[in-house]
Amino acid sequence: MSSEWPLWEVFIRGQHGLNHRHVGSLHAPDAEMAINNARDVYTRRNEGVSIWVVKADDITASSPSDKGPLFEPSNSKVYRHPTFYDIPDEVGKM
Amino acid sequence: MPSLPDMATPDAAARAQEQAAGQTARPEDTAPEMRAALFEGLLRLGDNTLILGHRVSEWCGHAPVLEEDIALANTALDMIGQTQLWLGLAGEVEGQGRSADDLAYLRDVWDMRNLLLVERPNGDFGATLMRQFLFDAWHLPMLKALMRSSDQRIADIAEKASKEVSYHLERSTDLVVRLGDGTRESHARMQAALDDIWPYTGEMFIGDGHDAHLAEAGIMPTPESLRTEWDAYVDAVLREATLKRPEGDFAHKGGRQGTHTEHLGFILAEMQWLQRAYPGAKW
Amino acid sequence: MYAQMVKSTGQGVTPREEMTPEEQAFQDRIDADEKIEPKDWMPEGYRKTLIRQISQHAHSEIVGQLPEGNWITRAPTLERKAILLAKVQDEAGHGLYLYCAAETLGISRDQMYEQLHSGKAKYSSIFNYPTLTWADMGAVGWLVDGAAIMNQVPLQRTSFGPYSRAMIRICKEESFHQRQGYDIMMKMAFGTEAQKRMAQDALNRFWYPSLMMFGPSDKDSVHSAQSMAWKIKINTNDELRQKFVDQTVPQAEYLGLTIPDPDLKWNEESGHYDFTQPDWNEFFEVLKGNGPCNKERLGARVMAWEEGAWFREGLSAHAEKAAARRAAVAAE
Repeated sequence: MSSEWPLWEVFIRGQHGLNHRHVGSLHAPDAEMAINNARDVYTRRNEGVSIWVVKADDITASSPSDKGPLFEPSNSKVYRHPTFYDIPDEVGKM
Repeated sequence: MPSLPDMATPDAAARAQEQAAGQTARPEDTAPEMRAALFEGLLRLGDNTLILGHRVSEWCGHAPVLEEDIALANTALDMIGQTQLWLGLAGEVEGQGRSADDLAYLRDVWDMRNLLLVERPNGDFGATLMRQFLFDAWHLPMLKALMRSSDQRIADIAEKASKEVSYHLERSTDLVVRLGDGTRESHARMQAALDDIWPYTGEMFIGDGHDAHLAEAGIMPTPESLRTEWDAYVDAVLREATLKRPEGDFAHKGGRQGTHTEHLGFILAEMQWLQRAYPGAKW
Repeated sequence: MYAQMVKSTGQGVTPREEMTPEEQAFQDRIDADEKIEPKDWMPEGYRKTLIRQISQHAHSEIVGQLPEGNWITRAPTLERKAILLAKVQDEAGHGLYLYCAAETLGISRDQMYEQLHSGKAKYSSIFNYPTLTWADMGAVGWLVDGAAIMNQVPLQRTSFGPYSRAMIRICKEESFHQRQGYDIMMKMAFGTEAQKRMAQDALNRFWYPSLMMFGPSDKDSVHSAQSMAWKIKINTNDELRQKFVDQTVPQAEYLGLTIPDPDLKWNEESGHYDFTQPDWNEFFEVLKGNGPCNKERLGARVMAWEEGAWFREGLSAHAEKAAARRAAVAAE
């Protein structure tokens, strides 16, 4: 038996109130050890308050060729962005 | 304006600060035998982490998997940091102007006060983890007791160290369970490691006159008082790891009084070599 | 530079008119400084060259633990011991980040280890030189990390996303490495007579091997031209070497140490130092396995791997058992 430990993707919440952010990956035999290893590997400089690990195989990713159809429609919805609207200066900060 | 103490003399200033911090008089100010006991007690704490930190650091670059290499280095780094605190305080208590480095690098074997357990050679990775586990399972309750020390300086160091050691224990426990209850080979190796090191665990719980002095003053717990918790914890973990607790209760001892195994001399020869070969140099 | 002489697979840069439409679109993205991500289409040569380069870089970090790891148990003070251990631990971390970046290209870490252990994959020649005195810890930080940083900083802008992100993290973490090395050198160079001798001796031994870290001149190399077109190599080896020399000479002067090159001199016209090239025959011998420490370094890595097999297998077995137990409980 010499099968390699599975790969885990590591997400860390850097400070209270922020989203978890992908920081990298590592190998571990199971989720519990992946958490421990993530603490040792990715928070050597006090970078985190909370860790998520996800088996890399369990992640479903959009395929690159979807990039157009998935994201371009929202590009055209410029009205979702605050800069779309011109508010006169005299109205004040909005 | 309240009347101020005479701040011109350093002693008075220091005393005023202590009063302000609500500290009692320092134990070493009272009786010479208490100062001696306290110095011994602190060396015992600092030498344990000094020597075990040294042993664990020997793995750096050679561990079975990258993730473990990094994790083990964290443990060693914590222990080196704790050594600086314990030996720093020991030097302060001794009052001879010796720094933590002086105490680490310029004492010979008979002046070292670490447990024999921590100077045992690393063996395979399993033996290293087993030694770490048996030590951590003692170290954490020890630090928890020290957090209630009547000496605030000790309580403060113990508070900081206990956070680190809680994680060491969590990790070493987890790995002992996993390897004990892993493959046939990993089980056999962990059982052999346990059997091999077991006779070096008893020393953790054998007190002497210094311990009695320190316990009376509420500064440090007696070694005996930590036994029940250690036994219960170790038994539970070994059971989960499907490992068999060795039967004998024979204990090698002497480390805490300065009579060591042959291994310590080699550790010191390596560790102290630069300081010994180039006396007085700054690094 | 950690990755030396990485050969790309192609025969040089394909002229645009000979590229397929996919290759053209790919090159356009790179020229527009877009990052390439693992699942994006990429030419096979790009993928293979990157695997070689990133894994070589990762191997260098891992083997690079050893010459400094040598001195952890002999560090002269508790603080120096902690700093050195933290630094060598960082190198393990950097190896890990890089292996993970390479894994996104479809090779496993175990496969990369196998290539290292069999001698098929290379690592930086510098780590086959011995660390003989404590001053070598200073020289390695100052010169070897200094040379590595010179290469790694521009690689933060490399075209492959995971590689670029790993380099950003590595550069951030490495910022203290070179400084701690120089700090050791200062203590030694301004210390006792014996310490000064050690410092000069370390510089004498590490100067030319450090210059070799950038690899032989590649201004005429077709492989380098392709790698630069793909932005997986940002500067030529000679550019980086010159930059390193220009930066290091004043630092040595401050220490009162002499760089072991009698022909080293400032060239007013070019605005750079003229210097003697390292002995490239020695470099090729070291790459072939004839450096002073090749056998020890590789031997140590192979031993760590082989003797750790039972440990890795034990943990895998436990994870499987635990999962089976959980599944059985869930089924009840």
